[in-house]
Amino acid sequence: MFEKTGIPSEEMVRGKFPSIERINKGPVAVVECYKEIPCNPCQDACKFNAIKVGEDINNIPQLNWDNCTGCAVCLSKCPGLAIMVVDGSRSEEAILIKIPYEFLPLPKEGDLVKALDREGRYVADVRVLNVLNPKSFDRTPVVTIEADRKYLYDIRNIKVEA
Amino acid sequence: MKEVELLIIGGGPAGLCAALSAAESSAKVCIVERNKSLGGQLIKQTHMFFGSEKQYASIRGIDISGILLDKLNHYKDNVEILTETTVVGMYEDGVVTVLHKEDNYYKIKPKAVIVATGAFEKTLAFPNNDLPGIYGAGAVQTLMNVHGVKPGDRVLMVGAGNIGLIVSYQLQQAGVQVAAILDAAPKIGGYLVHASKIRRMGVPILTSHTVKEAIGKEFVEKAIVCQVDEKFQAIEGTEMEFDVDVICISVGLTPLNELLAMRGCQTKYVPQLSGFVPLRNENYETTIENVFTAGDATGVEEASSAMVEGYLSGLCAASKIGYTPGNFEERKKDYIKQLNDLRSGPVGKHILAGIEQIVI
Repeated sequence: MFEKTGIPSEEMVRGKFPSIERINKGPVAVVECYKEIPCNPCQDACKFNAIKVGEDINNIPQLNWDNCTGCAVCLSKCPGLAIMVVDGSRSEEAILIKIPYEFLPLPKEGDLVKALDREGRYVADVRVLNVLNPKSFDRTPVVTIEADRKYLYDIRNIKVEA
Repeated sequence: MKEVELLIIGGGPAGLCAALSAAESSAKVCIVERNKSLGGQLIKQTHMFFGSEKQYASIRGIDISGILLDKLNHYKDNVEILTETTVVGMYEDGVVTVLHKEDNYYKIKPKAVIVATGAFEKTLAFPNNDLPGIYGAGAVQTLMNVHGVKPGDRVLMVGAGNIGLIVSYQLQQAGVQVAAILDAAPKIGGYLVHASKIRRMGVPILTSHTVKEAIGKEFVEKAIVCQVDEKFQAIEGTEMEFDVDVICISVGLTPLNELLAMRGCQTKYVPQLSGFVPLRNENYETTIENVFTAGDATGVEEASSAMVEGYLSGLCAASKIGYTPGNFEERKKDYIKQLNDLRSGPVGKHILAGIEQIVI
């Protein structure tokens, strides 16, 4: 189905997530690269040797969750915008999610925005905690939102109303 | 008659890289480009490139053309650039005729030529496909990303290859709604990361669907879409309507290389490379000595491989006309390795099967 719709199955999505124990320890990347394509900038972007593509640039990136600090640098470097960061260390109820967001208007810290799933369906209203847009991110800003933990595997996008 | 050493036809990614590696090797290069500025398709590609560092992965196409032009500027004594100049003929005696703007027609006699003319968009036949509001994806991208003009308010994208997916995303970035993306094939042709990124904005991707008819008086007002079977035949009773003012056609490209055919280079129809392509050796030299080619003109691929093919053909052409590029063997090997790396995955397999048929 994925190859017909562009929507990964829940099983595929969960397969890319680290354990909940690791998520609860602190921020960690989730690399949703499901199909081999010739591409490896995520590996070069990571200063912690946490992402490995290897000699064949068509390999699917493998993430070392122990090395990953959730710094989010790779989010802005992935040409497919396929990477997000999740962080369950803040509280038992909430989850922090960082996603790349290349649209205007950019949300501001404290804004309420609509969280969307992988089909673009509305999931919940969520609070924006932070927006990173340094020059080094090269026009791919990274937005951090805080959501109810039950949406950990659902939220993948946001919609900002002008 | 103007005499030049190495004539490069086309100032896109392949042509620019060919010019760079030839000029680096001390060859005197003349680039002929029909548009006002160099860069080819790069100048409208606002997305980040795939590939690896050597092909500028993760850098946006619009910035890659700047990088290449800056590099070229280091060799400005060796590089002549003729813009707004169209090559209109290549003849048996090696003479190339060009037309600058619409009034100055003259001859060029090069020692060697690299034809890097790129590709052109395919179109799709359906009733009323000549209504205003029906564009090729390249035109939509040029309007939006080069000229800052919105092509309309609500678009139906026909074609889910990389261009269709990327242009859909860029339309949404420009504030233009994309009603749906269709593809007659049963599977999405482009990279699935691109598909997911547009799908999670709520844009449906309808595989095994095609546009049956456009409706409108002065311009497009509606598109009738239907499902197709495995043989791409419309399935009756599956019609649906989309209220759109733009239908964007993105159904693939065809190599643009009539100049090579005119010159007498042997060509062959290779479906995996999207059309007629010239036979060539591993140096990208065609069946006619000192006539080289590179980029989409040799088979439709990504701009990443077009750039590497450009570097390789520029290097080999410089060597062929008597220069001795530094580290020739090493560099040649590296370019070939880069091309193999780019083509070693599932998508590349298809391309390699095509290339096998044309390498002499």
